[in-house]
Amino acid sequence: MSKDLLNEIIQPENLVYKKTKLMTNNTLSYCPGCGHGTAHRLIMDVVEELDIWKDTIGVAPVGCSVLAYDFMNIDMQQAAHGRAPAVATGIKRCYPDKVVFTYQGDGDLAAIGTAETIHAINRGENIIIVFINNGIYGMTGGQMAPTTLPGMKSSTSPYGRDTEMMGNPLKMTELISALPGAYMVTRQAVHTPAHVRKAKRALKMAFKNQIEKKGGVSFVEIVSNCNSGWKMTPVHSNQWMVENMFPFYPLGDIKIDGEFVNK
Amino acid sequence: MGELKLMKGNEAFGEAAIRLGVDAYFGYPITPQSEVIEYLMAEKPHERTGMVVLQAESEVAAINMVYGAAGAGKKVMTSSSSPGISLKMEGVSYMAGAELPTVLLNVVRGGPGLGTIQPSQADYFQAVKGGGHGDYHLIVLAPASVQEMSDMVKEGFELAFKYRNPVMILSDGVIGQMMEKVELFDHIPRWTDEEIKKNTPWATTGKTTDRERNIITSLDLDSFRQEKHNEKLQAKYNDIRENEVRFEKFNCDDAEYLFIAYGSSARIAQKAMQLCRDKGIKVGLLRPITLFPFPEKEINELAGQVKGILSVEMSAGQMVEDVKLAVCGKTKVEHYGRMGGIIHSPLEVMAALEQKIIGGSSNE
Repeated sequence: MSKDLLNEIIQPENLVYKKTKLMTNNTLSYCPGCGHGTAHRLIMDVVEELDIWKDTIGVAPVGCSVLAYDFMNIDMQQAAHGRAPAVATGIKRCYPDKVVFTYQGDGDLAAIGTAETIHAINRGENIIIVFINNGIYGMTGGQMAPTTLPGMKSSTSPYGRDTEMMGNPLKMTELISALPGAYMVTRQAVHTPAHVRKAKRALKMAFKNQIEKKGGVSFVEIVSNCNSGWKMTPVHSNQWMVENMFPFYPLGDIKIDGEFVNK
Repeated sequence: MGELKLMKGNEAFGEAAIRLGVDAYFGYPITPQSEVIEYLMAEKPHERTGMVVLQAESEVAAINMVYGAAGAGKKVMTSSSSPGISLKMEGVSYMAGAELPTVLLNVVRGGPGLGTIQPSQADYFQAVKGGGHGDYHLIVLAPASVQEMSDMVKEGFELAFKYRNPVMILSDGVIGQMMEKVELFDHIPRWTDEEIKKNTPWATTGKTTDRERNIITSLDLDSFRQEKHNEKLQAKYNDIRENEVRFEKFNCDDAEYLFIAYGSSARIAQKAMQLCRDKGIKVGLLRPITLFPFPEKEINELAGQVKGILSVEMSAGQMVEDVKLAVCGKTKVEHYGRMGGIIHSPLEVMAALEQKIIGGSSNE
């Protein structure tokens, strides 16, 4: 393609997609095929579109997304394992007019941070919790998570999760939805363009809830793949997720504006 | 003169926090320090100064709320007692790594484990040598009166922000629970958002167009950068050792023997010193006010003058190790102290001096 032709095409009116300026140019540390990058971008897209980047403070967890602050071009704090909702509470209580969100995986949020998660929600902290559920500890090399499916293999359940021995997967999202402090609870995915658009709408609603100071936590679960931890190709991992994760973790809104959604 | 009040140490600590313009307190009840959060809740500091007070679901959550607020440039504090402080140590290590200022009160009780609710000084190692994981130091202040429970809130925050380092006030069940006259300082307004931005340009107050994003973290996976960060921390601790040693001396000029004691043990040792002097034994007292940094130089100098030193603490002998390092073999050093929540009496301290130091030295 000639340079002239390129310049002719690169015109503002022809622009259909661009990276948000709120994502840095750092190379993502996530495995190719992983949903984290998409989830990051969606959050930053929403923060940019709502023009709240000057007033938004993010809290990164321990896990694969421990380095979220390398990619999200806003003020960020990195929390101890599981403690992000407490860290966010500390920030939000001191800055009620700022927008505060946590970004946490299932090991961080549903195992070691169970108490912080439940109590931050029970207090109705006006924060957003984004919960990436891929059913495994990704960063440490694919160990069993509280959300690992029955029979699912991991490096610490090499013969499959035996529920007699290891208990059943924890449906944290359903569990916390029962708390009055949960204002919005939804479960989304980011593996197809349609799901990406839906997830973005949910995130936008969550951020608007906080900006408008609607009481309580907006909790957005994103069921995601972990092709490395699951030892699958990216495409296969997404198929496996649809066939196995979605029946156990059904997508859709659970609570909107403080009310349960009738299904 | 400031307002005079008769208060418990724990209450004086809470009142000082409100008057200093502290932005937030996050805590969890535990004996013998629950009066801190009870006092703060009863005083409605939100109405007085806008200060946030929140009872967390655990000590772990409380220290992480402190982490978040401190990372956003706020003057924020917490308090607990020994078992609760152990739980907070994870967060304290993160704060030391991320260089976040805070004031953390430990009203020490007997251990190990759940131990007892009575006073103790057995958390010296935890406070002074680290407590959490990694190479770090807290600045450790040791109050010996209700007055200092108030004054050290102010001093603690000055040091915490000067060095971007957590400060621990290592108190004990005696100082926390006893009532004394305290002169309270006048109210100081809380920092405005502009002052916070000016005083803590590193804090996550929201990115602005004139600076890069601020990140609060203790993580760096690049070992070379992490080593550099550790070297920077060590240089800071050396600055603190150089500039912030605080201590108090009593009757040291003509002393032939020396007590070294901090906190409530220093009060007891002061009385023991008088009893000894009444008997004609020339005893002095050195009270470390900062436990990190430790008054090594002064102790080493006094070691050249006295015939022996008795380190007095309500523990099995923790500070005595630092005393021995400071003395460096110049004179005899022994430890005396009761454990498990028992408070030694001045007579016991005097007897220990006579047996372990004076009696002992005649054998040499």
